[in-house]
Amino acid sequence: MSKILMKGNEAIGEAAIRAGCLNYFAYPITPQSEVAEYLSRRMPEVGGVFLQGESEVAVSYMIFGAAACGERVFTTSSSPGISLMSEGISYIAGAQCPAVFVNIMRGGPGLGGILPSQADYLQATKGIGHGDFRMLVLAPASVQEAVEMVMMAFPLAEKYRNPVMILGDGLIGQMMEPVEFHDDLKVAPSNKDDWATNGMDTRGSDRRNLVKSLYLDPEELNAHNLHLKAKYEQMAREDVRYEAYNTDGDYEALIVSYGTMSRVCRTAIDMLKQEGVEVGMIRPQTVFPYPETAVREAAEKKSCKKVFAIEMNMGQMLEDVQRAVCGLRPVEWFGKCGGEVPTPEEVIDVVRPA
Amino acid sequence: MQNEVKLAGFGGQGIMLMGKILAHAAMEQGFEVVWIPSYGPEMRGGTAYCTVVVSDRPIGSPIIKNPRHLIAMNRPSLEKFAPTVKPGGVIFINGSLIDIDSGRDDVDELVVPIIEIAKELGNVRTANIVALAAFVARSGMVDFERLKESVKEEFKRKEKLIPLNLKALEAGRKAAQGK
Amino acid sequence: MGKTFRKPEALADVPTHYCPGCTHGVIHRLVAEVIDELGIRGRTVGIAPVGCAVLCYNYFTFDFQESAHGRAPAMATGMKRVRPDLVVFTYQGDGDLASIGMAEIIHAANRGERFTTIFVNNAVYGMTGGQMAPTTMPDQRTTTSPFGRNVDEVGMPIKVAELLAALQTPAYITRQAAIKPKYIVKAKKAIKRAFTYQLERRCYSFVEVVSTCPTNWGLTPVEAVKWAEEQMLPYYQLGDLKTPE
Repeated sequence: MSKILMKGNEAIGEAAIRAGCLNYFAYPITPQSEVAEYLSRRMPEVGGVFLQGESEVAVSYMIFGAAACGERVFTTSSSPGISLMSEGISYIAGAQCPAVFVNIMRGGPGLGGILPSQADYLQATKGIGHGDFRMLVLAPASVQEAVEMVMMAFPLAEKYRNPVMILGDGLIGQMMEPVEFHDDLKVAPSNKDDWATNGMDTRGSDRRNLVKSLYLDPEELNAHNLHLKAKYEQMAREDVRYEAYNTDGDYEALIVSYGTMSRVCRTAIDMLKQEGVEVGMIRPQTVFPYPETAVREAAEKKSCKKVFAIEMNMGQMLEDVQRAVCGLRPVEWFGKCGGEVPTPEEVIDVVRPA
Repeated sequence: MQNEVKLAGFGGQGIMLMGKILAHAAMEQGFEVVWIPSYGPEMRGGTAYCTVVVSDRPIGSPIIKNPRHLIAMNRPSLEKFAPTVKPGGVIFINGSLIDIDSGRDDVDELVVPIIEIAKELGNVRTANIVALAAFVARSGMVDFERLKESVKEEFKRKEKLIPLNLKALEAGRKAAQGK
Repeated sequence: MGKTFRKPEALADVPTHYCPGCTHGVIHRLVAEVIDELGIRGRTVGIAPVGCAVLCYNYFTFDFQESAHGRAPAMATGMKRVRPDLVVFTYQGDGDLASIGMAEIIHAANRGERFTTIFVNNAVYGMTGGQMAPTTMPDQRTTTSPFGRNVDEVGMPIKVAELLAALQTPAYITRQAAIKPKYIVKAKKAIKRAFTYQLERRCYSFVEVVSTCPTNWGLTPVEAVKWAEEQMLPYYQLGDLKTPE
C-alpha cells in the first residue's frame, strides 16, 4: 500500500471510514474543521451519513442516539466544543454506549486560542462530564498514529461499551504527513443485540431494549457505578499503551511526554545524545488508562536522577507522573501553553543535568 | 540528514500549495516528511506561512525555529524570517514585491521576479510555481523531476493547467540558473 | 360480544406514577393504540424526556432511549439518520422542549427530520415541582412566579406549534388537547397522521397536546380541565397549523 500525504484532520476522517464507521455528526470549530469538510464530500461517496448539527450539544446527542441504535458513530471537535459535548458524553457513558470522540485541542480557558495545546488533559482523563465515569483516551503523536488509533478506537469503544477519546493537539490535526491505511486493522463491529435499541424486529426478539442512565434507586445506582468502575479497572489491566524511547541503556533523566510534545522531546533526546548525555522517555499512548507501571519502572532505573513531565499545558499530567513515581525520584514539570510549542532547545535547557 | 524550508508570504499567494507540492515530491522520493501550516485568522488575508521538513529518518520535532532555507514571498516575511535561517541555506526572494535583500552574507540568496515571469507565461497565478521551481533548482531539496511529477499530480483534476504549470517550472529553473 | 376495552399491546400492564387527573396516561395510551394499529411496535423506538414523563419507557413495550433535558430531538436525529427504517418519536414536555431544548427542536424540525414529536403542554414544570415554564399563561401562579407570570418581565407564553409552523421546510404541525373525550378523539387522529407521515418518509411531524397538571396548578382534576379549556385553549388554539400537502 502506497503512502498518501494527508493532513491529520482529513486522515482522521478517512481512518474512521476505513474502520467501518459510516456515521459522522459534527459542528465546525478550528483547528479541526477539515474533518467535517472532508467527510461532507467523502461520506456520500461511501453511502455514509454526514450531518452538521446546530451545536456541539446537539451533536453529542446525535452521537448518543446513533450509538444507542448500535451503529458505529463518531464526531470531532476542539476544546470549547468538547466542553459542550461533555454533557452528552456523560449520558453516553452512563448509558454504556460505544462512541468515538476526537478532540483536536487548542488553548484555553474560555475561548483561549486556536493554536496547538494539551490543555484538556485533565478534562479528558479525570472528569469530562458530571458523574463518576472515565473514558479510554488515546494520544497520537503523528498523523499515522492518529489513523491507527482511530481504527483501534471503535473496537475498544465496543469492548467496553464506553466512549473512547482521541486526544490530539492542533498540530496533529493541521500537519500533513505521509500515511498508510492498513485495512487489515479494521475490526468487525460487535453484535449489539443484547442491549441496543435497534428495534425488536431487527434482532428478531420480543424482548425490548432500553438505553438509559437514570437509576433512581440508590442501591441500583451504586451497583451501576461499581460495574462502571470495574470496566475502568479492566482498561487499566488490558489496554494500557505506551512507547519507551532510549531506555535500554542507562540514562540520567527520564522524560514523560505525549502527543506532539513527545516528538519535540525525542529530538531533544537525540541532540543530547550527541553531547554524550543520555535521557530516556516514556510516551503514554493511552493517557487513561495511564501507564503507571512503565513510568515507575523507568524512573526506578539506578542511573535516573530525575523525572520530567513535559507537556503543552500548565502541568496537568504532572500529578499522574508523581503518582506513578511514588516519590522515588524528584519530578519536575516543564511546559508551555498558549499555542507556542516548546522547541527541542528549550527542552534541552530544562533536562540537561547541571 | 534533515532539511527544512519555511515558506512565507501573504494569504492568497499560494504558499500552502507550494509547501504541499514540495512535501509530496519529497515523500515520493522516499523521504520522511512533515508539512506544518500556520492556521487560523492569520490565514485570512494576513501573513501565511508553512514549514516543510524533509529527512531520511523519522521526524521528531515538527517545530523548527531555525530552518535551513526560506522562501520569502513578501517583504514582511523576509524581514521576519531571514535572520532565523541557518548559515549556508538558500533564501529565495520574490523580486517582484521585495526591494531589499536578506542582509545575510552567509546564505545563498536567490532573487527572482516571479510575477513578471508568470505574466510572460500568460498567467500571473503561476508565480508560486515559478518560485518553487527556482528554489528547488537552487537548493536541491528534492529532485527536479520529482517536483514535476508532483505538480502534475496536484493539477490532475484540472488537467488543462498542467502544460502551463510545467512551463512555469522550466521558467523558474532557468531563472535560478541565470544568476 | 368481544371485549370493549383492552390494553394496547404497545402499552405495558403496569400502574403509572402519574398524579390523579394527569393526562400523560391518556396520551401514552393514544400513542400505544396508534402503534398497534399501524403494526409498527417491532420497529419503533421511543425517546423519553426529562420531566414527569422521564420514566415513560416503563409504560411502553418497545425499545426506548432516555435523553437529557431537551435533547430528545437531537437523539432522534442521530437515530433516524443512521436507521431510517426505524420509527422514532420523542415524547417531551414544555420545560424540556420549549425551554432548554428549543434549539434542538427548531433545528430538527427545520431539517425536516423524519421523526415524530409528541409535545405535552401543561403550562408548568411538573417533576421539579411546579415552576414557571415558557408556556405558563399570563398571570398564572407557579412556584417561581408566585405573583403570577409577569409578561413585562418574562414575555408572553411561547406558542411552539406556531413557531415551528413558521419554518419553511414542509412539516405536519398540529395542536390538540387531551382534556375531554371530544378533544381526545381528534388528538388520536392527529397522532396517527403524524406517524403515517413518518412511515411515508414524508416530513417531520409534531403534535402538541394541551394537557392538565392538577397537582401543580393547585386544582382538582375537574377544575383543571375547566381551567385548561377556559384559559389555555383560547390562547393555544387547536387544529392543524401546517400540513405537508
